[in-house]
Amino acid sequence: MAETAQMQVSDEIAIRIENMNKWYGTFHVLRDIDLSVHRGERIVIAGPSGSGKSTLIRCINALEEHQKGRIEVDGTVLSSDIKNIDKIRSEVGMVFQHFNLFPHLTILENCTLAPIWVRKIPKRQAEETAMHFLEKVKIPEQADKYPGQLSGGQQQRVAIARSLCMKPRIMLFDEPTSALDPEMIKEVLDTMVSLAEEGMTMLCVTHEMGFARQVANRVIFMDQGQIVEQNEPEEFFNNPKSDRTKLFLSQILGH
Amino acid sequence: MTTLTDPPQESFRPSMLLNDTRYRSYTFQFIALIVLISIIAYLGYNLVLNLRAAGLNISYEFLGEPAGYDINQTLVEYTSRSSHLTAAIVGILNTLLVAFLACATATIFGVIAGVLRLSNNWLVRKLMAGYVEAFRNVPVLIWIIIIFTIMTAVLPAPRAFRGEDADASMILGSIAFTNRGVYVPMPIWGPGSMVVVVTFILSIVGVFAYRAYAKKLLFDTGKLLPMGWPSLAILFVPSILMFFIMGQPISLDYPELGGFNFSGGLQIGAPLIALWFALSIYTGAFIAENVRAGILAVSKGQTEAAASLGLRPRRIMNLVILPQALRVIIPPLISQYLNITKNSSLAIAVGYADITATLGGITLNQTGRAIECVLLLMLFYLLISLGISAVMNVYNNAVRLKER
Amino acid sequence: MSDTHAESVAYVRDTMLPETPPPAAETGVTKWMKQNLFATIPNSVLTVAAIVVIYFLLAATLPWILNGIWNATSIRECREILEGATGGCFAVLSDRWNQLLFGFKYPSTEYWRPALAFLLLFVAAAPVMFFKYLPRQLLLFTGVYPFLAFWLIWGGSIVPPLLLLLGFVAAYVAFKALEKRGFGVAALGGLGVLIVAIILAGSIGKIEVLRLEQVQSRDMGGFMLNMILGTVCVSLSIPIGIALALGRQSDMPIIKWICVVFIEFIRGVPLITLLFVANVVLAYFLPPGTTFDLIIRVIIMITAFASAYIAEVIRGGLAALPRGQYEAGDSLGLDYAQAMRLIILPQALKISIPGIVNVAVGLFKDTTLVSVISMFDLVGMIRGPILASTDWNGVYWELFGFAALLFFVVCYGVSQYSQWLERELNTDHR
Repeated sequence: MAETAQMQVSDEIAIRIENMNKWYGTFHVLRDIDLSVHRGERIVIAGPSGSGKSTLIRCINALEEHQKGRIEVDGTVLSSDIKNIDKIRSEVGMVFQHFNLFPHLTILENCTLAPIWVRKIPKRQAEETAMHFLEKVKIPEQADKYPGQLSGGQQQRVAIARSLCMKPRIMLFDEPTSALDPEMIKEVLDTMVSLAEEGMTMLCVTHEMGFARQVANRVIFMDQGQIVEQNEPEEFFNNPKSDRTKLFLSQILGH
Repeated sequence: MTTLTDPPQESFRPSMLLNDTRYRSYTFQFIALIVLISIIAYLGYNLVLNLRAAGLNISYEFLGEPAGYDINQTLVEYTSRSSHLTAAIVGILNTLLVAFLACATATIFGVIAGVLRLSNNWLVRKLMAGYVEAFRNVPVLIWIIIIFTIMTAVLPAPRAFRGEDADASMILGSIAFTNRGVYVPMPIWGPGSMVVVVTFILSIVGVFAYRAYAKKLLFDTGKLLPMGWPSLAILFVPSILMFFIMGQPISLDYPELGGFNFSGGLQIGAPLIALWFALSIYTGAFIAENVRAGILAVSKGQTEAAASLGLRPRRIMNLVILPQALRVIIPPLISQYLNITKNSSLAIAVGYADITATLGGITLNQTGRAIECVLLLMLFYLLISLGISAVMNVYNNAVRLKER
Repeated sequence: MSDTHAESVAYVRDTMLPETPPPAAETGVTKWMKQNLFATIPNSVLTVAAIVVIYFLLAATLPWILNGIWNATSIRECREILEGATGGCFAVLSDRWNQLLFGFKYPSTEYWRPALAFLLLFVAAAPVMFFKYLPRQLLLFTGVYPFLAFWLIWGGSIVPPLLLLLGFVAAYVAFKALEKRGFGVAALGGLGVLIVAIILAGSIGKIEVLRLEQVQSRDMGGFMLNMILGTVCVSLSIPIGIALALGRQSDMPIIKWICVVFIEFIRGVPLITLLFVANVVLAYFLPPGTTFDLIIRVIIMITAFASAYIAEVIRGGLAALPRGQYEAGDSLGLDYAQAMRLIILPQALKISIPGIVNVAVGLFKDTTLVSVISMFDLVGMIRGPILASTDWNGVYWELFGFAALLFFVVCYGVSQYSQWLERELNTDHR
């Protein structure tokens, strides 16, 4: 399957990050990040906690502000212009560790909120789209329930559907399975795999190395705010070059 | 050679004031500032026009002029020839006095009622619920007036205590409840009384020292000394001994009926009593709810965990429940103290001479200096509030649970 | 006996045990009393003490209430009828009920108007209070109510309040039409339409249709005044409180500090000083020659007072929301106004409802303070015209008891509602 995935990658650049730096106060979280993501590419970002991997993908949709360098998403350069930021955010979907569903809205309302208010799509049409994606993540029957009534895995799948309803061209995943019970991880990963198979451009921060082997075109290893190593999954896992990567892999695969 | 590829520095366009995150917040703040300044300028301009029309100016010289009114209950020396400033100080002291008294008694009422509301005695629980609901749901002003009315309209006049076959009699022969206030014996501090007082203060220190010693002994050797009776003994025995050694220097001046009124003793005016009691019983109802919530906030698991370690109920209360409940109880308790201080301004309704009644009442009416008086009045309460908030912040920081 | 294996652990029950009642001493009233009243010796002492307290309370009040006189024209007549026996002189209530409820200047032929407005208040409040159980269409009446109540209580022609209502409707329609273009544009559009409507209402409002006898603000009094101040100030202070809370949460320092200073200043001073401001100071800050009714000045100050407290309650609600909610809104591309209106505020307000109700109850009780600046609310009426009259001088208990009862009924009712709502919201899909 990895080979078929390879073939879908186009030459078009979806995200281009050049020489990006970020500080929290005096703490240098991201240092000279250079990264190009092609359309259709699936990238898994791994690394120890505090290595800046979440911050990196949160900079891409401007949830965090970077202080230096250049981020270009779908040909739009991220600047401090509010319209620019809103445009990029509506092109880029994001899935959070803690789902962040809106507890006061039903599943369906969660999914139609942004299409109606940001994309200005008529309500009826937005609901059809939402049902389409809810079917895709296999929980259309929960549409009228509230997030609190769903299991963690179901909530995370709703969160994925909610992002998809905006018809994003790029999806960011920020540790989507870290807050889940073990038996629920699989259902979320399955959803992500089927998304990958459709050729979605994906950036995933995750510790699921099985997922990385299965769908990633590229695995990026970050430590201390820098990209330490990146490679195709086979090479990355079987033949890591850097000592840090070896240490990290031995720790997470060691038992 | 690295090339910096910062976001392209666009030339400035006016639309960026609204759309660019870098300038947007400045734009809004600038607008807010302009609006604020215009409002202040408009109000100030009106003020100047109005003052000019009335031939007034803003001046605090009136504070030095003689007040010309009497105050029946004062803590410092005051006559009607004293200045308005002195009257204000008398008011401030009276406010602090009633606030302090009411805080103390409200805490007692509140703790008792709050604990009793959790009693396993059904009748007591219901009775306390009745007290809390009755007092929380009726305006404090009505309670103040009702209690003041009891004081003035129901209690007997001093002359009712006269004669062989009097209509009223003094409680224990020393306390008289009259419609002019309550007369209680006043202690007279004779020579040598300071020694007794100092002894008593030292005894308090001694109690703490004894408890610290007992605790240390427990930690070092595992031997547990009794705590209750020794503490009481240390507190009272030396003082009583010293009282007799020094030849009984402290005596009581009993109120006595002379003519149509009492003389001697200490007169606590009806307004002070009404205000004090009403504020305590009203706020006590709120404190009771805080106490109850605080104790309930400590989860049942804590009691069970302590019990499973073999601690006895009293120890569980002292060592596990109370330290945790106090964290929850004390912040709202402090804000209830603040409420008492602010509600004490209702003194004006029963004629107790607190700061609102002196500075904001009679002084304001006599001098016509409305702006200055109200400003000073607000300043005083603001200072008190800020002081109490500061105490609260210090406490909150001190007890904050150490968490990640 | 040989088939009994003492050492065997295997065991199979062949007959199930029937359910049996507990021992006789452990059921019914006896058990209940033993557990709840006489569990231990101190507990029994407490019970006896409580019974004594209750006895004294009842002994003091019951004969007074049961023996009360409801029909007399003065306190002297009461005393004559009682002939020294204990009994309340409730005749003052039947004689002066109208003054207690409506003040002494409201025209007596028009009492039905505030009474009707009071009844309709329940109809208007119900769809808000029981939003889950009543159809949303009823909210329309809630929207109409303020204008209707204004017309009923103050009287005059129906045209100005009607035009104002239409103005609000038009502003809402304009807002909805422009909403997709952004909140700022829509708000400005709505405001523009509203201002035009107000100007129109002012210019053609003289037309006399359905005219009711006009009553001046200064003629409002009694419990009605407490109700007016309470409902008006609470309703006005909620939107202001929301704005202040959002301002205080803002990351723009100037806006934040304006809100902080306002809130902390108001919370730091007693309400009575603010009423002094309304009474004697506010006039200095208004253009020379403007004469505001005292009641309007008081409404301004009480509203400012209540908004500061409500702002703090709502700030607590905002702080209770996880950061993820803000981030999720951002990541979907919602702008600030949309995120606040659709995601943050609905949740924050829901958390804040019990706190808001507490503030509202406290504020309603505090409306009695206006009696200190010589307005004739319920307490003002009792202390002023009624107790000062020669007929009823000395009837304290009946009057203050009545006032306390009125406030108790309203405040207790509202706080019971708040507790019910809290339970309701707790079980709510969580």
